[in-house]
Amino acid sequence: MLFRFLKSSDVKSSEITPENIYHNRREFIQASALLGIGAVALGLNIPQARADVLANITRSGTYDTDEKQTPYRAVTGYNNFYEFGTGKDDPARNAHTLRPRPWTVKVDGHVENPGDYDIDDLIRPHTLQERIYRMRCVEAWSMVIPWVGIPLADIINRLGPTSKAKYILFETLVDRKQMPGQSRRVIKWPYAEGLRMDEAMNPLTLMAVGLYGETLPNQNGAPLRLVVPWKYGFKGIKSIVRISFVKNRPRNSWKRLAPKEYGFFANVNPDVDHPRWTQANERRIGEFRRRDTLMFNGYGEEVAHMYSGMNLKKYF
Amino acid sequence: MPLPYLKAVVHFLALLPAAWLMWQGWLLIDFQDNQLTANPIKYIHAFTGDWTIRFILLGLAITPLRRIFGWNILIKFRRMIGLYAFSYVVLHLLNFIVLDYYFDWPTILKEIIKRPAITFGMTAIILLTPLAVTSTRGWIRRLGGKWGKLHKLIYLIGILAVIHNFMMVKADIFQPLIHGIILAGLLGYRLYDKPVWKMRRT
Repeated sequence: MLFRFLKSSDVKSSEITPENIYHNRREFIQASALLGIGAVALGLNIPQARADVLANITRSGTYDTDEKQTPYRAVTGYNNFYEFGTGKDDPARNAHTLRPRPWTVKVDGHVENPGDYDIDDLIRPHTLQERIYRMRCVEAWSMVIPWVGIPLADIINRLGPTSKAKYILFETLVDRKQMPGQSRRVIKWPYAEGLRMDEAMNPLTLMAVGLYGETLPNQNGAPLRLVVPWKYGFKGIKSIVRISFVKNRPRNSWKRLAPKEYGFFANVNPDVDHPRWTQANERRIGEFRRRDTLMFNGYGEEVAHMYSGMNLKKYF
Repeated sequence: MPLPYLKAVVHFLALLPAAWLMWQGWLLIDFQDNQLTANPIKYIHAFTGDWTIRFILLGLAITPLRRIFGWNILIKFRRMIGLYAFSYVVLHLLNFIVLDYYFDWPTILKEIIKRPAITFGMTAIILLTPLAVTSTRGWIRRLGGKWGKLHKLIYLIGILAVIHNFMMVKADIFQPLIHGIILAGLLGYRLYDKPVWKMRRT
């Protein structure tokens, strides 16, 4: 029963580690040995099936960081995806029940082309791009992830929002059979997130369908997730089934759960602490010492203009 | 089973979590698969914290179990359980100071003062320390009747530890809730079972 959705091909590919990952791992081990303290290896013993390789990815490098990429095993083994459990390794263990195809995304609200879109119809008209971004979790850890996706702006332009659309609301799938974590009401399902229209149109904002050149593993939000690199990770809503163009600022899940701790904007900001921990620094996964957190996660040049004149301590 | 053997069994059981953690830590340093997740320091923090609370609750359970079931032998294990609670919290504190903040004292002090959760936790550790120190026979003799009064601090320590536990989790309060319910039961029993009240009832 538990393995109903695993195909034989999944098992076969589980043995394969692509060469580039293998080399990354060697470098990673050498780097950590230099630290003299070995407490940096990645502790995961979940067997992981590799996903399908995506074809025709363009790599412009314009927005890419050249920092060391977080190993695939950590990116796909350490996740916050409460739909599959609240433990960091729960999603990797439990997300095999998610069926990322067929997948329909409902587009509604103030938009010229509403409707139920098949995921492939939504993505196919666009060229896939690789974007190597920093990802800063609100819990003060971070990764560097080579995403594959398309700029959200390109999708928005095709859908044609009307002048009434000021914000976009995203919702995750609700299906207890596919998402066993939803049988507990830790969060009010569906998980919801939102962006202001200018944020959504920013060239950094990505609709991701893959990482490390392959389709998104289920635990990372297959088949479609949002990536907003200057914001805390929880803005990056996973397994999206609804894109809604709305007039008023949507209520996002974490703000609804704890409004004093999580805001709507959730811009990475070392000067605005979470009430329970500092946001001035972070631990890059795979590193031992904490490092300073950068304003807007280091993407100020691309995004700071959107918030000029805004009190970021109030609108955190 | 003779008492020394029983004690050996309890020591063995109490050391199992620490042994498991050390084994996993060794696997990690040796770049082998392990259970400490991609963020081991955070994992060790939760692990040692949870085991501290479990030992505190276990220690608090001894008096009710003796009174209800008459298992008086349990008193022979109370000191070691208390000391194991202290040992696990020392690991918890070392993880915080050494691995998490790597002796960054200004930040550590700032966090202790600024974050209520850490303030509660640190207060609990500070209060637990004299209890660990005065657990020897010599101190029990020297303190006499005051010893029992001093060690009643464990009630407050238990409450502080569980509040700390609640404040540290993000959304999933299941585990601290279980800890809180058990603590409430164990402390509630003491209110209910006060000898004075018993006399009034009869």
